[in-house]
Amino acid sequence: MNVVQKRRLYFVLILTICSLVAVLLVIAALRENINLFYTPSEIKTATIHPKHRLRIGGIVQKGSVKQHNDLETFFVVTDFKQTVSVSYRGILPDLFKEGQGVVVGGYLLEPNHLKADEVLAKHDENYQPPGVNQNAA
Amino acid sequence: MLPEIGQFSLIIAFVLVLLQIILPVIGIVKNDRVWMQSCRSLVLGQSFFLTLSILILLVVFAFDDFSVVYVAKNSNSALPFFYKLSALWGAHEGSLLLWIWILSGWTAAVVLAARHLPIAFLARVCVILGLVSAGFLLFLLATSNPFWRYLPNYPLDGRDLNPLLQDLGLVIHPPLLYMGYVGFSVPFAFALSALWSRSMELPWAKWMRSWTLSAFSFLTIGIALGSWWAYYELGWGGWWFWDPVENASLMPWLVGLALVHALMMSDKRRVFQGWTLLLAIITFALSLLGAFLVRSGILTSVHAFASDPARGIFLLELLVVVIGGSLALYAAYGKRLISTVRIEPWSRETLMLVFTLLLTVATAAVFLGTLFPIVNEVLTGQKLSVGFPYFNNVFIPCFIPILLLIPMGPIIKWGKNSILDLLKKIQIVFVVSILLAVILPLAFTQKTAGLATIGLTLGVWVVLATLQTGYEKSKQKGGLLKLSLGAYGMILAHAGMGILVIGISIVSHFEIERDVALSVGETLVLNHEKIQFMDLRRVEGSNFMGYQGDFLLAKTGGESIHLYPEKRTYVVQGTTLTETAIDPGIWRDIYLSLGESLEQDKKRNVKTNVTRWSVRAYYKPFIRWIWGGALLMAGGGLLAALGRRQKGAS
Repeated sequence: MNVVQKRRLYFVLILTICSLVAVLLVIAALRENINLFYTPSEIKTATIHPKHRLRIGGIVQKGSVKQHNDLETFFVVTDFKQTVSVSYRGILPDLFKEGQGVVVGGYLLEPNHLKADEVLAKHDENYQPPGVNQNAA
Repeated sequence: MLPEIGQFSLIIAFVLVLLQIILPVIGIVKNDRVWMQSCRSLVLGQSFFLTLSILILLVVFAFDDFSVVYVAKNSNSALPFFYKLSALWGAHEGSLLLWIWILSGWTAAVVLAARHLPIAFLARVCVILGLVSAGFLLFLLATSNPFWRYLPNYPLDGRDLNPLLQDLGLVIHPPLLYMGYVGFSVPFAFALSALWSRSMELPWAKWMRSWTLSAFSFLTIGIALGSWWAYYELGWGGWWFWDPVENASLMPWLVGLALVHALMMSDKRRVFQGWTLLLAIITFALSLLGAFLVRSGILTSVHAFASDPARGIFLLELLVVVIGGSLALYAAYGKRLISTVRIEPWSRETLMLVFTLLLTVATAAVFLGTLFPIVNEVLTGQKLSVGFPYFNNVFIPCFIPILLLIPMGPIIKWGKNSILDLLKKIQIVFVVSILLAVILPLAFTQKTAGLATIGLTLGVWVVLATLQTGYEKSKQKGGLLKLSLGAYGMILAHAGMGILVIGISIVSHFEIERDVALSVGETLVLNHEKIQFMDLRRVEGSNFMGYQGDFLLAKTGGESIHLYPEKRTYVVQGTTLTETAIDPGIWRDIYLSLGESLEQDKKRNVKTNVTRWSVRAYYKPFIRWIWGGALLMAGGGLLAALGRRQKGAS
């Protein structure tokens, strides 16, 4: 091997090792941080590990929002076929309203109860979470 | 009548753009200077007519002409005048026009400023920028014309501007961001022209540097403003959310940063020229991808305002044509650029190559996390989202070596270096940085910074080592004033990066976020500062109504001030919005925002002494350092760009 070839070999080796490490890191990080997205109907049929974080999208059922001792809120998310009850501790976003679309993220404590650590409301009056057809109601 | 004139000048501009492509191409084929020269006047004509049409749209907004669909959808007669004007870029059609107008502005700037460019090169640059501009103008005219009318029955009043956008930060954020995004079209056009010229000898890297630096600096300011806006306007006190739209702006920024440095190698040493050209292509491609992600609504995001599948598909086609075309050109002619210069292992060349590679890897990681949900949904039908811990987990390990390298770049010389000399130069600063990162948090808070100590060390290291380099450089030159603008730019930009990292490390470790329920009269203690809920009253603005809290903040120094967070309901759209109240400071921000009223019985008369609200009370140490550092970086970039221009002139 001459000098140029040696140099190229080192370069390729370093590049390969770096990309391998990067790919491994990325895959490990992705595996841990994927939030699967479900509609309330899909939750019923899916098998979900209680330790996996997930997101549920739907409409906040009218009349279901209850505020308990100050910052604890309970409400029901529906896709007009099935419902999931949600509890959340903290301040809800400005656009959170009964009858509006939300995406909640957290852990499923019971088959139809989610303990949420995030509540997202869309900055759009006409927004509907994917998979929910409001006309079905 | 006026909107029709605006529409008309858009069409004229489109025709001029087509000529701006065709005539110089004829000139290039015939090798005729006169045909090539035509590009100058065509570019200026094009930007004149685009300026005219954007001015007309501004006038239409100012005079509340609700017969124009776009105005009716995004403005209202009660909207404050200033926001009527900025409503122009409040939604899709107008921001696209702004985008095209800025593109024409950059093209005109190239034509006017780059007098030293050979005409054959300039003609090629104009053709390529013309192609990009033609694509977007066609898009605008065909799918998203801002001058369309509601006739004959037009609404009496408009639907108002999205209340989130009624804010100074958002008035200046999009234009600056677009200056950055679109600015990368210039290095892109230069890179393609260099390939198209098929000449190794052209000093294209020298010509590109000031343009790339300026675009990069504008993008930096744009992103920083966006982050600042999200911090005080969205009301959750975060400054970065790894939201797809933020990622869309971060990706071109990262590759743009790599490009700025790769250009130095290509200019000064004529090495890695192929890599540099590829980076220029990728940077612009990612800018376009950003536009596609934001405008198509393919990703759900808090920032995505308008979405329409037809628009998405057009943008995707444009993206494929631009990326496919330029990569084909690169594949065909890029081989000529492979240099046979020997690269020393311990040299600035190697360091910069590694630096640009690391940035590319970081970009790839962000790219994967942002687009993985789409790819996965197409392949498996399963919807998912990638949580922010993913981005932190992959991004931070990439940035640790990047930060280690940053201040070493200016210390290590081009060509062969002795590794021992290098280590000798940096060892003291490095040890001091570690010590400071451990001792300072202990001294002020009696706590260590935990894992953030690593970030803090790196931030302090970047600042100190950069200052040391600046000191040595000025000693060599015989005085601080003798340093070149480029050297000042480097010192500012590198130190800015260090300051940004210090800010991020401290705020993410030491911040205190408390969501509490408070009644009027109650007091909350937040990191030794007392916040008392004094009063709650009703407020009314020209287009909103709401509540205003009155909080008394007793600072540690004994001084006390009032803070007035608000909860507003914008009448026309019926949206509720939080107006935060912040006591800003170099060392810490106190951040208050009103949640909601916790009165169970809303019908009862509100007596102020029993009013109970949920309140976010946040203590954010060093958060200003993040935006301050970004602004320094942008300032450094602009100084360096200016320095390059002066050098070019002399």
